[in-house]
Amino acid sequence: MPQQVPRLAAVFVVAIAALLVARSILIPETFGDLGHYRAAAVDSIAARPVKYAGARTCAGCHGAIDTRRLAGNHRGVSCEVCHEAAASHASAPLSGKPTINRKRDLCVLCHAFNPSRPTGFPQVDSVAHNTRLPCIGCHQPHAPEPPVTPRECDACHGGIARQKAGSPHARLECGTCHDAPEAHRANPRATRPTKPTERAFCGGCHSGMPEGGAIPQIDLKAHGQPYMCWQCHYPHFPETG
Amino acid sequence: MPDQGGMDRRAFVGDLVAACLAAGGPVLLGVVRVAEGQAAEGDPGYNAADHYYGMGIDVAKCIGCARCVAACKVENDVPPEPTYFNTWIERYVLRTDGDVDVDSPNGGLDGFPAPRDEQTILRSFFVPKLCNHCANPPCVQVCPVGATFITRDGVVLVDEQYCIGCRYCIQACPYGARYMHPEKHVAAKCTFCYHRLVKGLVPACVEVCPTGARVFGEVEKQPTPLARFLRFNDIQVLKPNLNTKPKAYYANLDGEVR
Repeated sequence: MPQQVPRLAAVFVVAIAALLVARSILIPETFGDLGHYRAAAVDSIAARPVKYAGARTCAGCHGAIDTRRLAGNHRGVSCEVCHEAAASHASAPLSGKPTINRKRDLCVLCHAFNPSRPTGFPQVDSVAHNTRLPCIGCHQPHAPEPPVTPRECDACHGGIARQKAGSPHARLECGTCHDAPEAHRANPRATRPTKPTERAFCGGCHSGMPEGGAIPQIDLKAHGQPYMCWQCHYPHFPETG
Repeated sequence: MPDQGGMDRRAFVGDLVAACLAAGGPVLLGVVRVAEGQAAEGDPGYNAADHYYGMGIDVAKCIGCARCVAACKVENDVPPEPTYFNTWIERYVLRTDGDVDVDSPNGGLDGFPAPRDEQTILRSFFVPKLCNHCANPPCVQVCPVGATFITRDGVVLVDEQYCIGCRYCIQACPYGARYMHPEKHVAAKCTFCYHRLVKGLVPACVEVCPTGARVFGEVEKQPTPLARFLRFNDIQVLKPNLNTKPKAYYANLDGEVR
């Protein structure tokens, strides 16, 4: 055997030993146990704290409310969507109660009109829809219902109603002049209420009665021909005197 | 051989070996030992090999409320700045002239401003995005140290204690799902809320989604809501041409979504 071989072999042995030592020191424990990664990392990630307890956990104590929620239109809305993360409250019920935003700005996160939202999802124009009132004043958040048909005209025609309320026509019902079919209340644009079409309709009150009463009287034949009454007088706020 | 300075070859090699042993050993031993992981705290009864997770996302159900984004930031301590998201909502606005506007202001957390030129809108919808937890993930392939990996239950995770912060994985992800954590200085991403999965909970985004647009469960062979989702919908994945084999399954996805 040539003299160089055992000496070179010694060098190789030392180099390989150094490599093995370095490897054992540099490569962390559990690396390669499951794959090309530290298996202990999985455990440390799995040990992170949970913040959202989950609706099932909430139902453990708040069963009655949860039953109600599951029967209503918010059945898919987990408790912590509105009530915020509550795992700390679930583990220590008397402390760390979750907060709840009771203002409009919580509800409009989902229910404000947005053209990108899917068709059919209940949305309102949050600026026009009963501004300043909290949503939960009318809508029960645990069992919300679709909007009911308004009973009074002023639910929609509030501006006109307020104007009329300060006018000589305040005591007239809307139905005195308008015939509003029931279908108009459910689907306002499909069926529209009627409006007076003839001068004689106004003349029913404002013509042919004795002068000097509470209601101003005119001579329909002489006054304002050929115009319709409402072209000069605004019926919801007629001028006085 | 003439004398060339007082050292022959044999002495040189001998000295070299001795020097290596003398200097190399302490140097190697002096290297800081890499931090060790915490003791295993996995829940008793949880066996990762029994699971293989995926998420279903129904675009037609997403209302863009971004409750998932808010819940994710809380659950996973995601930095509050509007540049860091594990999941986020994109709004697509398709125009009649073929243009497509995509925006995601603060991930959708602050709502979406009214789109411009309403007259030219052909279609508009929201798309929730997150890590696709690919079965063939480019981010894992490029990691030089093995700090990002797929668990046995199919979740792509980052080992925060082992990541060197080189950002290769952030570059490699075709879905933009990774970011550099501003304080930890390691790559960060969606974990499918792995800490919740091992306790039998669903990810926080799925928990809070008010319309059921997100569905979570097992990809194969087990009766979970995801099985029904995959059976009853036409499923697409993002960028299928890249062969990343994502496990975020989209239903009712428009062809314009990238």
